[in-house]
Amino acid sequence: METNFKSPTGKIAYSVFAWIVGLAIFFPILWMALTSFKSEIDAVNMPPLFFDFNWTLENYTGILEQSNYFKFAMNSIILSFGSTIIGLVFAVTCAWAMAFNPTKRTKDTLLWMLSTKMMPPVGVLVPIYLMFRDWGLLDSRFGLIMVLFLMNLPIMVWMLYTYFKEIPKDILEAARMDGATLPKEIFFVLLPMAVPGIASTMLLNIILAWNEAFWTLNLTTSDAAPLTAFIASYSSPEGLFWAKLSAASTLAVAPILVVGWFSQKQLVRGLTFGAVK
Amino acid sequence: MGAIRLENVRKTFGNIDVIPGVDLEINDGEFVVFVGPSGCGKSTLLRLIAGLEDVTSGKIMINDVDMADASPAKRGLSMVFQSYALYPHMTVYNNIAFGLKMAGESKAVIEEKVRNAAKILNLTDYLDRRPGALSGGQRQRVAIGRAIVRNPAAFLFDEPLSNLDAALRVNMRLEITGLHQELKTTMIYVTHDQVEAMTMADKIVVLQAGRVEQVGKPMELYTNPANKFVAGFIGSPKMNFIEGDYAKARDCHCVGIRPEHFAISQESGDIPATVKIAEHLGAETYLHVNADNIGPMTIRATGEVPLGEHDRIWLTPDAERIHRFDANDKALSR
Repeated sequence: METNFKSPTGKIAYSVFAWIVGLAIFFPILWMALTSFKSEIDAVNMPPLFFDFNWTLENYTGILEQSNYFKFAMNSIILSFGSTIIGLVFAVTCAWAMAFNPTKRTKDTLLWMLSTKMMPPVGVLVPIYLMFRDWGLLDSRFGLIMVLFLMNLPIMVWMLYTYFKEIPKDILEAARMDGATLPKEIFFVLLPMAVPGIASTMLLNIILAWNEAFWTLNLTTSDAAPLTAFIASYSSPEGLFWAKLSAASTLAVAPILVVGWFSQKQLVRGLTFGAVK
Repeated sequence: MGAIRLENVRKTFGNIDVIPGVDLEINDGEFVVFVGPSGCGKSTLLRLIAGLEDVTSGKIMINDVDMADASPAKRGLSMVFQSYALYPHMTVYNNIAFGLKMAGESKAVIEEKVRNAAKILNLTDYLDRRPGALSGGQRQRVAIGRAIVRNPAAFLFDEPLSNLDAALRVNMRLEITGLHQELKTTMIYVTHDQVEAMTMADKIVVLQAGRVEQVGKPMELYTNPANKFVAGFIGSPKMNFIEGDYAKARDCHCVGIRPEHFAISQESGDIPATVKIAEHLGAETYLHVNADNIGPMTIRATGEVPLGEHDRIWLTPDAERIHRFDANDKALSR
């Protein structure tokens, strides 16, 4: 039988299904947040305790006393914003060339760039680690910014390319006729028109860089270590402390969760832009 | 001052010769219209002059200086685009001022020039608005304003009226003609609409497949088309072409007679015909007829003609205005 989403029962079924999917996706985060307020004993209690436990903040105070959360958080901010801003400079110029002066090979180049994202990072871990060691970039913010920027560059170029494609070429040509040089054409005409696209590209990239755990864990130890390393430091050496680990994780994801929540409109628009006219 | 001369200008895209080689002289202050069917290369030619496309070879002389390799900004030309191409994030004021800002003019000069252009174009009340809050005609005027303030050597118009509705198009046509009379600046205007070409131009350049078919004053093209293509393209409704015995009797391959150059009689005449459709416009009547032994023809009669479907009529062409063409479509002397 065909489900009719417009009939009242269809609508209800559709909503229930959407809620189930939504809750399933949200549940791990909720569970993490709940666990962070439990004592270590409550955290491993069987059957699991939902709300009926002794709420406590001791995990948070313990963590903030034990390790320097703000240093890790600052590194996360520097890495994600740094790689995004550098990436933007390269991606804007690259997407400009591809969108407004395409050649026969532009589509191939774009696909090739994206295909590098399909390779598992571990495949290049050894060469990159050795390069970092020889160049003295291990545990440096600069080295990590470079890796994160290069890793996310294909996605930034793709996103900006689809945005720029929507901007009529005539307008840029009008600017050229009006005497604008190439940098002025990009700054005064292209970028202001592409603000929504650039904003969502930035947001997505900041989130991706914030959450990146493979390179940040493998190439840092302490100086450049961001919040991913902060979480990881609670995972094993002293046995598994679920409540502390959850509190550390909650602290690590909270900033980006808030940013993501407030900018979800932009993000959705960014990810689906160009998909429909 | 804006005299433009094209010397053997060529443009190829890959293996395709879009403009196989054009020579053209445009005098200072002239209103020149490039006209031709879509894909004839008229917009490409305009973009070559503007500098938005690079020439493959040839010279583009602007005031006797070869500008073929100069950037668009250096050529001192202004362009009005078909899509208006206004900057959507700027107010009307800033749209018009943009070129002056790029040229590094002082604020006072910019203010004066923008206000002046706005006055000429009736845009004073709209200076604070964004293009999105304007009507099609107003947007077109902003695009023209942006072109005027830079005091260019010549204006380039790329089908500027094709996005407007019919009534507005007639108005803007008059406004642009009026503007030319007022500014006396060279204008190059691209259109596929032969009515715009006929009504606006000092000189029409008819293009086909990247080649210049004929250059001349509007009435010259109408009365003395150089070939069958120009004869068919200029004039509306289109010229009737008759081949076969009727043409052979007149010592040519093809005879061309404009719809308005027939005398109509219901008793006698040269060509007997049957009316298929009569279009009564009031001021004139278009008769689509089937002429015996010739085929379909279009006749234009002034005023209201009491004819309708199936009526028998006789047509007599004005002997002075018959055009003759040879087998290569070239016009023969009358």
